[in-house]
Amino acid sequence: MNKTVNPKDLTLDDDNGPLYAARKKVYPQSVSGTFRRIKWGLMAFCLGVYYFLPFVRWNRGLGAPSQAVLIDLPNSRFYFFFIELWPQEVYYFTGLLIVAAVALFLMNSLGGRIWCGYLCPQTVWTDLFYAVERLIEGDRRERMKKDKSSDPMKLERISEIVLKHSIWLLIAWWTGGAWVLYFNDAPTLVKELVTFQAPMIAYIWIGILTATTYVLAGFMREQVCTYMCPWPRIQAALTDEWALNVTYRYDRGEKRTSVKKAAELRALGEQVGDCVDCYQCVAVCPTGIDIRNGPQMECIQCGLCIDACDNVMTKIGRPKRLIGYDNDINIQRRQEGKAPIYRIVRPRTIVYSAIIAAIGGFMIYTLATRSLLDVNVLHDRNPVAVKLSDGSIRNAYTVRLLNKSGYDRVIAIDANGPANATIHVIGVDSVTPDRPMIVIPRDSTSELRLLVTAPAENNTEKSVPVRFHVTDIGLGEVASATDNFVSP
Amino acid sequence: MTDHHSDIDSVTGKSTTGHEWDGIKELNTPLPRWWVISFYLTIVWAVAYWIVYPAWPLISSNTTGLFGYSSRADVAVELANLEKIRGDKMAALGKASLADIEKDPALLALARAKGKTVFGDNCAPCHGSGGAGAKGYPNLNDDDWLWGGTLDQIMQTIQFGARSGHAKAHEGQMLAFGKDGVLKADEIVTVANYVRSLAGLPTRKGFDAAKGEKIFAENCVACHGDGGQGNPSMGAPNLTDKIWLYGSDEAALIETISQGRAGVMPAWEGRLDPATIKAMAVYVHSLGGGK
Repeated sequence: MNKTVNPKDLTLDDDNGPLYAARKKVYPQSVSGTFRRIKWGLMAFCLGVYYFLPFVRWNRGLGAPSQAVLIDLPNSRFYFFFIELWPQEVYYFTGLLIVAAVALFLMNSLGGRIWCGYLCPQTVWTDLFYAVERLIEGDRRERMKKDKSSDPMKLERISEIVLKHSIWLLIAWWTGGAWVLYFNDAPTLVKELVTFQAPMIAYIWIGILTATTYVLAGFMREQVCTYMCPWPRIQAALTDEWALNVTYRYDRGEKRTSVKKAAELRALGEQVGDCVDCYQCVAVCPTGIDIRNGPQMECIQCGLCIDACDNVMTKIGRPKRLIGYDNDINIQRRQEGKAPIYRIVRPRTIVYSAIIAAIGGFMIYTLATRSLLDVNVLHDRNPVAVKLSDGSIRNAYTVRLLNKSGYDRVIAIDANGPANATIHVIGVDSVTPDRPMIVIPRDSTSELRLLVTAPAENNTEKSVPVRFHVTDIGLGEVASATDNFVSP
Repeated sequence: MTDHHSDIDSVTGKSTTGHEWDGIKELNTPLPRWWVISFYLTIVWAVAYWIVYPAWPLISSNTTGLFGYSSRADVAVELANLEKIRGDKMAALGKASLADIEKDPALLALARAKGKTVFGDNCAPCHGSGGAGAKGYPNLNDDDWLWGGTLDQIMQTIQFGARSGHAKAHEGQMLAFGKDGVLKADEIVTVANYVRSLAGLPTRKGFDAAKGEKIFAENCVACHGDGGQGNPSMGAPNLTDKIWLYGSDEAALIETISQGRAGVMPAWEGRLDPATIKAMAVYVHSLGGGK
């Protein structure tokens, strides 16, 4: 039953506060260990690629851009090392997005949110910003103390804050700057940016991305994962009992006692847990949760609590991995006293891998076999057919020729359709009138108007197929397209 | 009634809002403060937007905003910019001769593109979007031209029109032989069949070819020529080919001979600038019917 509620009666946990919660600031402590090393390594790799890739050169010959990875929007070209994509081939990006999505599913079925913990840009940059903060303001305790201190600000403290934000802004600015370098020749653009000659749009994008990096990695941090990102909600629906998640082994950890008491109780032969309630796992967590409360939406599974706990376990002489990557099945099995099992190969992972392999393979195949010469034909619709004064029938077509190669081509056009048909291209007076020839400059398209004329007596059928062949008369490369020849 | 102050959910240990439906209670999960602030900011933004930009409809107009912004003015500026960008190319088009345009692939492409849009705006109502024409409106894709199909002739027709009232317009008309009493009904039927025979079309049974030839020689040759092959300087169509602007069946021919024809093509000089008319001529010529 719905009850009438007096708004005054609505309460939070212990006060009559408003219906919103102030953020509880997280002060992650520094930690060292296996997963921390993996995170440093991946951060160095990801940021290295992102910041320096635009400066990698790739020789494509004279007149073509020499940047290895370039999104050339004004000319509608995308360059990726030896691959050059045209707007017509934008479906490769669709394929790439599908592969990326399924790869995310695969990651999730294998290792839970390893994307979130190790590779997500939000994690990587936040981690970097935390490192800067730690370097300047000190570790967890110091930072907490400095934030709490109500003393009038000392010059030392002010300079620390200024220095921290300056370095953050510098990183954010470089992040925004690297982004625009993917859309223009990097060395040229850098020169232009420095001398204030670059286009306005470059400065605007650098401004936007500097601001978002600074705000998201410097201030929003774990709130992006908790409140903004849809992936935690989606992945919860995609996960299964075999996925490895960061898990506290409560069967081994409980009951929690101090080191001393545990030793005493053990000496008496009593059963006690390994967890000594040191809160190290909470102190290092970048999202500020207690993993011992079980799987939580806020957990990005970065493994730092594993490192923290392992360090403690080593110190007190207990086995490692009280907190570790584990799956739901094993939690159950340990309770029953059975040995843990792990299964990487299972229907779900096979299907995801197969989808990735199929789409990836198909894309590589089409990319390897695609033609650098192409022809598209569009039949005139109004009129579809024209009767000439001598009674013969003519159809007109718009023909678009694409030369995706890096050199000019001489192209001959043939039409294979109705009997005794002749073809003519507007604006082309060819030496061989029945076989118009035209030059298409490299890396460009040419649109032509092509007329096919056939004597009336040969063409009693309403519609006959007509095939257009374009031949590179130098290399012999052929492309073709089919349309119809229509009689009135 | 429940005492909400002590309404703590037993499973989660969190307080509830006090709302309860069929035994299901709503946990009080407050929004983060920044989220709430962002929400209020969007409301402030919306109100500011109403004030700064044109927004509210009034009885005969609308609120104009603070800076006099209007999307219509934006379009005008963009169009002006476009004209400026295309200025050089259109100037080149204006300078080049018609024949040169057809030989230069870049100019031809420009003229065809320009011609196509202008054709759509100005010519399509009569000639159709692709120049296919209709009864009384010539098909511009075929090779039969009333006033000539060379580039210069096409341009002249577009510029000055036919029977348009322009001083340089094409003049000449098909007389109304029946209405004006020049020919009697049976003579019209005879000459109509004779004209069909010129084009190789079947004729009515028992039609007097000699009489038809005589009527044709006396009345029609002056414009349509001895063999009926037409005369572009007068806009007299070729009667021996397979293309008929007003239809080739007997009834259509009888109507044409009795009532006469005088279709009007408007003059475009003064309405379109010279470069545009030139582009149009090239476009029409390249439709495929040009000579």
